[in-house]
Amino acid sequence: MRQIEAGKIKKAVAELVLKANYALPVFIRRALKSAYIRETNKRAKKILKAIIDNAAIARNEKLAICQDTGLPVVFVEIGQEAHITGGSLTNAINQGIGQGYRQGHLRNSIVRDPLLRGKPGFVPAVIHTEITAGDKIKLTVLPKGFGCENKSQVKMFKPTASISEIKKFIIEVVKNAGSDACPPFIVGVGIGGTQDYACLLAKKALLKIVRGHRSRVTGHMGKLARELLREISRLNIGPMGLGGKTTCLGVNIETYPTHIAGLPVAVNISCHALRSAAKII
Amino acid sequence: MRYLKAGDEILYTGKLYTARDQAHKRLVEEIKRGKKLPLDLRGQIIYYCGPTLTPKGRVIGSCGPTTSSRMDEFTPLLLKAGLKGMLGKGIRSEDVMKAIKKYKAVYFLAYSGCGALLTRYVSKKRLVAYADLGPEAIYELEVKDFPLIVAIDSKGRSIYG
Repeated sequence: MRQIEAGKIKKAVAELVLKANYALPVFIRRALKSAYIRETNKRAKKILKAIIDNAAIARNEKLAICQDTGLPVVFVEIGQEAHITGGSLTNAINQGIGQGYRQGHLRNSIVRDPLLRGKPGFVPAVIHTEITAGDKIKLTVLPKGFGCENKSQVKMFKPTASISEIKKFIIEVVKNAGSDACPPFIVGVGIGGTQDYACLLAKKALLKIVRGHRSRVTGHMGKLARELLREISRLNIGPMGLGGKTTCLGVNIETYPTHIAGLPVAVNISCHALRSAAKII
Repeated sequence: MRYLKAGDEILYTGKLYTARDQAHKRLVEEIKRGKKLPLDLRGQIIYYCGPTLTPKGRVIGSCGPTTSSRMDEFTPLLLKAGLKGMLGKGIRSEDVMKAIKKYKAVYFLAYSGCGALLTRYVSKKRLVAYADLGPEAIYELEVKDFPLIVAIDSKGRSIYG
């Protein structure tokens, strides 16, 4: 058994909060830059330039990329040979979140009671844990903004549904996200499992590297992702919903086996500021 | 304001008042109860924005727009009370479009998801009301050359077609 101090987890989470909120991942920056080059609509180009400048200012001046510093979603992969000492995992994560958000002067966007609301705070995070092989812990922090989270959807299809019905649903979700959810989007799709599991898969799909049109994922899922990206790009939503071909930076699909009676499909929309950071300890 | 056309891009210098979901709910409740509002809305612009905490040595933290349509159900009453402009992101409802035309107001867009960039244009921030709402409190912002896009003009024309 490898011993891992809870304090170490807290410290790592606090660091990841700052990294995720200040520095847009390289692959998103790259995707924005190539979209800027390809875009032909004058206004869309101008907005993309503002988005690229914004990311540089945030990184250089240690400012939040977006004022919606999200609901912190934390994915934890715990090796079965790892033993956490000196406190609970949940407390360590939430303390790290609190520390990072306070230190970074980020936004207190979390209300304790979903109905009574009340004064917002920084915690708790939504935590997804998974037991894996080995003796390490992988922590991933995804501060999820709610402009786009509000537009995410799930649908339980019949097992006999055609690919084109599924595509139609996914494209409708993107259309409905429209100008509200800060396009260009990254679209996470979860197919299979149960209703709740499909939603988790869709969120996890947002953690994968976004390659957009350069995606080389093989098989029928790769084909589906590329077709979706092509069709979404034709919607002419564009940056801020004001037109242009840059509506989506990439579509990532995660799948899981499912039941003979069903076909769950979940879509998790991310705004252009798809922020995440990970660390293995 | 009445000369602005949907699609125009302008640089705005003046005051903005931040207010989002909970502040809207309270303002509208106070109007309905016939109470005096904590700020005079007449001729003012509301910015749908909840900034982050303010880092040391800065005027404001990241401060981009939030989704305007969540405020749709409250907006017509605020326009009736004299509000002249709204600043946010995304489309508005039919009712809001009609009210904008009726009260000759304007709905603007700010660069969305660009909260760090927009800090450059804010020179002052002052708490006005509802401090208990944290980032959803009403703040008065003084801005200089803040880039805006006219989305719905006072004649009811929309950039979204």
